[in-house]
Amino acid sequence: MNKDMSYAGVMSRKNEIMKAAVGIDYSVFESGTISFDYEKMMKETGYTLEEMQKIQYATGVGRTPVLELRNFTTLARKYSKPGYGARIFIKDEAANPSGSFKARRAALAVYNAKKLGYKGVIAATSGNYGAAVASQAAMAGLRCIIVQECYDSKGQGQPEIIEKARKCEALGAEVVQLSVGPELFYTFLSLLEETGYFNASLYTPFGIAGVETLGYELAMEFREAYGKDPEVIVCSNAGGGNLTGTARGLIKAGAESEIVAASVNLSGLHMASDTQFNKKSFTTSHTGFGMPFSTWPDRSDVPRSAARPLRYMDRYVTVNQGEVFYITEALASLEGLEKGPAGNTALAAAFSLAQSMKEDEIIVVQETEYTGAGKHIQPQLSFARDNGIELKFGDPAEEIAGKNIIFPMDPSYIKAVEHDMQKLRKSLIKNALSNYDISGPSEQDIEFLAIETKSTTEFVKSTISEINK
Amino acid sequence: MAKKGDWVLIHKIILNPDQRAPQVPDDTKKVPLEMWIKGYLNEDEANIGDVVTITTRTKRKEQGNLLEVNPYYTHSFGKFIPELLKISEQVREITFGGDDNE
Repeated sequence: MNKDMSYAGVMSRKNEIMKAAVGIDYSVFESGTISFDYEKMMKETGYTLEEMQKIQYATGVGRTPVLELRNFTTLARKYSKPGYGARIFIKDEAANPSGSFKARRAALAVYNAKKLGYKGVIAATSGNYGAAVASQAAMAGLRCIIVQECYDSKGQGQPEIIEKARKCEALGAEVVQLSVGPELFYTFLSLLEETGYFNASLYTPFGIAGVETLGYELAMEFREAYGKDPEVIVCSNAGGGNLTGTARGLIKAGAESEIVAASVNLSGLHMASDTQFNKKSFTTSHTGFGMPFSTWPDRSDVPRSAARPLRYMDRYVTVNQGEVFYITEALASLEGLEKGPAGNTALAAAFSLAQSMKEDEIIVVQETEYTGAGKHIQPQLSFARDNGIELKFGDPAEEIAGKNIIFPMDPSYIKAVEHDMQKLRKSLIKNALSNYDISGPSEQDIEFLAIETKSTTEFVKSTISEINK
Repeated sequence: MAKKGDWVLIHKIILNPDQRAPQVPDDTKKVPLEMWIKGYLNEDEANIGDVVTITTRTKRKEQGNLLEVNPYYTHSFGKFIPELLKISEQVREITFGGDDNE
């Protein structure tokens, strides 16, 4: 135990710690430059769809109900042209053992950890994934540590994160709570090194592939019940795994639904800021994760992230905090369904998007999350008010994250805002070029970037020459 | 006063302000990186504020200042937010037609 445990010391051992803790040698998929063999990585380290279903069913994960929101659809049609207003559905992923779709990812990660002989699992997450890993670890008889970013320097914590800590502990996990800052990763690495546990990262191939069953199930369920694939599927987007896995599952089912990413707009708030930490009322599904992870997936806690949302995304929309809170209350009042707000980000977007779709078309929100003390709109809004955030009715377009939360004065004010996909694609290409010290990308890199951005080699080439100007 | 084997919460500083990562924003750089963790007390007895050692649920040892004995959660459903009631009334009235429908 003469290891250098300083920040720089531990970070310098990052690669060896990771290799031991994930059980994957990422170097075999690397080209040496920008490109790497994503599909080979997904195939060789993952499981087949059938194997994944078997693993998930064995722990009660998956086969969640699909619910049609008839009253919600009626409300959306009040604001649509005649003949418009698509049927709105949700897949009730809160019905999974740990209360969210994250159980699908955790089921695969924990199964893999057990198969490889690890004694325990560690995950760095302040979100629903913590409870998912704790739940699966409990079933597998493995030890579990969840590392959370939880409090600001005054020791004040978001009620939502505190509830997630409680749930992890209730499921037998050890919870390490930290104050704000990206050095969480340092603590995480130190713990991996100390315990020799498996890194149940959200971004390993199995962590992402676990969501493929969701997309696949969706396609099969809609074909059986309605004789077609949904026209549009909306995914709440943060780290990109939800969208990536769902889209890959849909592709495996042969579905061609349009894939829309939705995030809560938190622009202007710095995610690593101690003073702004408790000024936000969403701890996930927001642009603070969604935008950077879409335009540079390899910022995650593994060398190559398996979550690569721009490969599959057709559109990216944002909604404001006030709109998601409004929709969450509306879901309870009109459909008798109480769900956690973060999972309703995509629902707020779908309510708006449905209005420009035809009546016989189908739009699906592919997840819900559990709710309860702390993780409910009332404590979150009450916490915001106590932290000096103004709550009022008005036009949510005027909302300023960290300053106010503006509920729409009526549902006509709920408007999903489209983001320029070309801009996001260009941003990914720019990030790829700046992250690799190379004189110029190879033909292989250019083809890779075209796939990474769901664009063409011509688009990549013209973007590169624009950047080099 | 806590006794050996009691379930306790401890607090410790992981990084002092001058040890924080270079990419951290200025306001965060002014404060330390802190940690809170729970476990069974190893010392025979200890008072709040004492430096103690604990054994966590994964059998790890951690050291820090004793903060609470038998720690518990107090998060709740928050204070009443009248705006939520207003939203509920509004969406029901628009969807189902309010009083005319009763």
